[in-house]
Amino acid sequence: MRVAASLAFALAAIFANAAQAQNPIPVKIGVLTDMSSLYADDTGPGSVAAAKLAIQDFNPAAHGMKVDLVVADHQNKPDVGASIARQWFDVDHVDMIVDVPNSAVALAVSDVTRQKNKVFLVSGAAISDLTGPKCSPNTIHWTYDTWMLANGTGKSVVKTGGKTWFFITADYAFGHALQRDTSAVVEANGGKVLGSVNVPLNNQDFSSFLLQAQQSKAQIIGLANAGGDTINSIKQGAEFGITAGGQHFAGLLVFLPDVEALGLKAAQGLVLTETFYWDMNDATRAWTKRWQVSRPGKFPSMNQAGVYSATLHYLKAVAALKSAADGKAVVAEMKKLPTNDPLFGKGMIRADGRKIHPAYLFQVKSPAESKYPGDDYILKATIPADEAFRPMSQDNCPLVNAAK
Amino acid sequence: MFEIFGVPSQALFGQLLIGLINGSFYALLSLGLAVIFGMLNVINFTHGAQYMMGAFAAYLLLQYLGLNYWVALVVVPLLVGASGMLVERLFLQYVRQLDHLYGLILTFGLALVIEGLFRNYFGSSGEPYQPPDLLQGGQNLGFMFLPNYRAWVIVFSLVVCFVTWFVIERTRLGSYLRAATENPALVRAFGINVPRMVTLTYGFGVGLAALAGVMAAPIYNVSPQMGSDVIIVVFAVVVIGGMGSILGAIITGFALGIIEGLTKVFFPEASSTVIFVIMAIVLLIRPTGLFGRTA
Amino acid sequence: MAASVAPPAPQARVDRAHGAGTAIAFCIMVALLAVAPFVVYPVFLMQALCFALFACAFNLLVGYAGLLSFGHALFFGWASYLCAHAAKRWGFPPEAAVLFGTASAGVLGAAAGFLAIRRQGIYFAMITLALAQMMYFVALRAPFTGGEDGIQDVPRGRLFGLFDLSHEMTMYVFVLVMVIAGFLFIYRVINSPFGEVLKAIRENEPRAISLGYRTERYKLVAFVLSATFAGLAGALKALVFQLASLTDVYWTMSGEVVLMTLVGGLGTIFGPVVGAFLIVAMETYLAQLGQWVLVIQGAIFVVCVLVFRRGIVGELARALRVSL
Repeated sequence: MRVAASLAFALAAIFANAAQAQNPIPVKIGVLTDMSSLYADDTGPGSVAAAKLAIQDFNPAAHGMKVDLVVADHQNKPDVGASIARQWFDVDHVDMIVDVPNSAVALAVSDVTRQKNKVFLVSGAAISDLTGPKCSPNTIHWTYDTWMLANGTGKSVVKTGGKTWFFITADYAFGHALQRDTSAVVEANGGKVLGSVNVPLNNQDFSSFLLQAQQSKAQIIGLANAGGDTINSIKQGAEFGITAGGQHFAGLLVFLPDVEALGLKAAQGLVLTETFYWDMNDATRAWTKRWQVSRPGKFPSMNQAGVYSATLHYLKAVAALKSAADGKAVVAEMKKLPTNDPLFGKGMIRADGRKIHPAYLFQVKSPAESKYPGDDYILKATIPADEAFRPMSQDNCPLVNAAK
Repeated sequence: MFEIFGVPSQALFGQLLIGLINGSFYALLSLGLAVIFGMLNVINFTHGAQYMMGAFAAYLLLQYLGLNYWVALVVVPLLVGASGMLVERLFLQYVRQLDHLYGLILTFGLALVIEGLFRNYFGSSGEPYQPPDLLQGGQNLGFMFLPNYRAWVIVFSLVVCFVTWFVIERTRLGSYLRAATENPALVRAFGINVPRMVTLTYGFGVGLAALAGVMAAPIYNVSPQMGSDVIIVVFAVVVIGGMGSILGAIITGFALGIIEGLTKVFFPEASSTVIFVIMAIVLLIRPTGLFGRTA
Repeated sequence: MAASVAPPAPQARVDRAHGAGTAIAFCIMVALLAVAPFVVYPVFLMQALCFALFACAFNLLVGYAGLLSFGHALFFGWASYLCAHAAKRWGFPPEAAVLFGTASAGVLGAAAGFLAIRRQGIYFAMITLALAQMMYFVALRAPFTGGEDGIQDVPRGRLFGLFDLSHEMTMYVFVLVMVIAGFLFIYRVINSPFGEVLKAIRENEPRAISLGYRTERYKLVAFVLSATFAGLAGALKALVFQLASLTDVYWTMSGEVVLMTLVGGLGTIFGPVVGAFLIVAMETYLAQLGQWVLVIQGAIFVVCVLVFRRGIVGELARALRVSL
């Protein structure tokens, strides 16, 4: 079996080399995302549109390449995500998977990708374990992670006087990780955590938990949850007079589409950390305009911008190697090349697979301050690239230790 | 201030009140489900989707026609109720005589279709909807801050529940309805158009779901999956109360809201599971639910 | 209220065509499954096979004993977790891990069945749902299940220390053999005197009691058998995907198996297999369509209930006048 397989592989390699002279290098990219559920607006069709723009801007024909794109919905189930990834690699000859919101699914896909020696570029998922204990030579974590969110929002809020915290935490691994990371940052900066409450998934009504937060008398209510949960917490918090009573929310994982869904009236004053905002500069505005051709009336989230940036950089690395076949080699090449694109600017990828770029602390505008659609954020602070993400020394990533 | 199990009593009052508010929604939704089951013998799994349609209809009326909350409160149940009657004519009338399973699967399928369509058009993170100006703000009750809108929800749903119960259990029209479910042939012999009555009843049940949807719109985000999130809980409420029992659905709805509220204080992680524990215990002790007639 | 979920029409039972029709259909099924991995993606086939066994186990209970369980995810999912845990953390070889998962599902089935069979019809369904949701909560909170990440990267190992299951084809053969064995066992149960008593209970329980059968015991045994084979399916699935996750214990999984059985044909032998392949194929190949999957799935259920209530195999059997 083994011999036959390696023989077949060798033959395939010879043919591939021979074919390269005339035929363009085939590359197939799979956007594996949430097309229909809670993260669909933060990623979903908008991520697909972003990947298409990346391919268009890269111009495969000019590099002697032919790039195809496939899309699937992982339904936020790790088993569905893993089986689609497996099938894509085995049957459909997909070389790279991009996006994958939902930490559980991303961890599962990362395992499959390593087994099949392909490439996995995470833009949508948050869990910082992807560059920590679960890091992989085939995976790059692109846009953001839980450590960065905790660090960005946590540190700045403590420094501006939010010393006492109460957490409303989604009762699953991602929520606990976010709370753990943020608590550490808060305490390291002289703040204090007064309490927390774990909220089951698919909970609609947060008033009971908000009341507990209110009674804790904490200055800051940290929301270690995502999507609809965050939206409902903030919305009901406004209703119960939480903000009027002098307490403030810190959204640990809030995306622009969530702010749009909440409306500025409910979301105003919220402090959050992102790595991309469409209205940053002329380049991001121009890109947004092109993106909006396929997503009229919407504004891109940082996840979607990350898909663009990651796909573009991946294609550059494949062009340099003239082959997408060996996933580890492509990732190594991606780490070697400096990154540069209009959305995230210049950056690099660390040995543990962490993409490094600055992060920004934003505050949501009030309805009166917002001048045009999508004018939602005020930039409060820029966290420089070398401080935005967890230092490699604290990673516990086996890849890094092996290199030492 | 005294304490109960380490929780200040004032905090507990607040939690009880909040439980009552959530109970109002459970009661309204399970009431509709119970009416439909009692009269049509169909387990209406589309109920959650119809609740969601109610919330979206309110949102759309405001967005495109500028009609406010109060208009929506009247118009939306009629609109969505009418769509329900269409569903009954097109689909449900063919499964009424069959085993419950078929009605359940059919309505489950319809719920998927409706939810899928709404997700296609509105995305999944939902749309904001503001409470009416009249009910903005709230009262400080000393032990908690009660938003005016929430107070309105409790009062209004109690009224709706009472009126529904009264019409079905205490009026002539209600007695026709109940008789029609017991013995349709006999009621038809009295010259009453039974199929039409059934259609209207289903429309009424759906209208109740839509009403709950309008009331929920200012509290929760109006989103396509808001229905599928609550349907299983509401379904459990109806079973605990006794399938088809109007009073059972109302009382159980409020009671479970309160129990769930207390769980959120003492063991928050279990607050979405407690309802199933209660359902198992009730069914083992009282096979037909708390208020059900013995089969 | 109807106490049981009976298939829509009594089929022509002890006719000549019975044995022959079933045998021919069985041979066709095995032949197709033997050829299939050379044409179709094996992992997809293995997934469908696991669900086919799950649906057959479920069908034993609903189609022949008339008990509609809405909590079968409990057995499927927990067997999957325990098998994955045994293989990954305790280093069990695959055969032992699968056996462990399956046996645990049987034990869980005995406990759940003991409580549930006291009730009938929709109340039986609701008790099973309630029990399953409680165990879902345990799965969510228990440290060994890994919360929503599940147990990932489960080793497939070497079967009996000889066959390396990391080869898809070897794994396929293993799954196929186990599923066919389960299928045949269930078939045997249905056509045994025990199965005849079950059908009698389904048709008219008071009458079965008056004939002197202790129907409670029969129902409990049927429940335990059904849970055990659901567990076997779950344990195999954990090895195929090298993953056990919350999806498999959530109530939607219980709903899914109802749908597979219904689409294929309730109370038919081959119905659950056909239904499982159809639904799994739909979910796999429609995944690209995103939001439309929900709409299409929903529409199929509506059509299924309105137009062919006997399910695909049930309608086919009626048209051909054989029992399948």
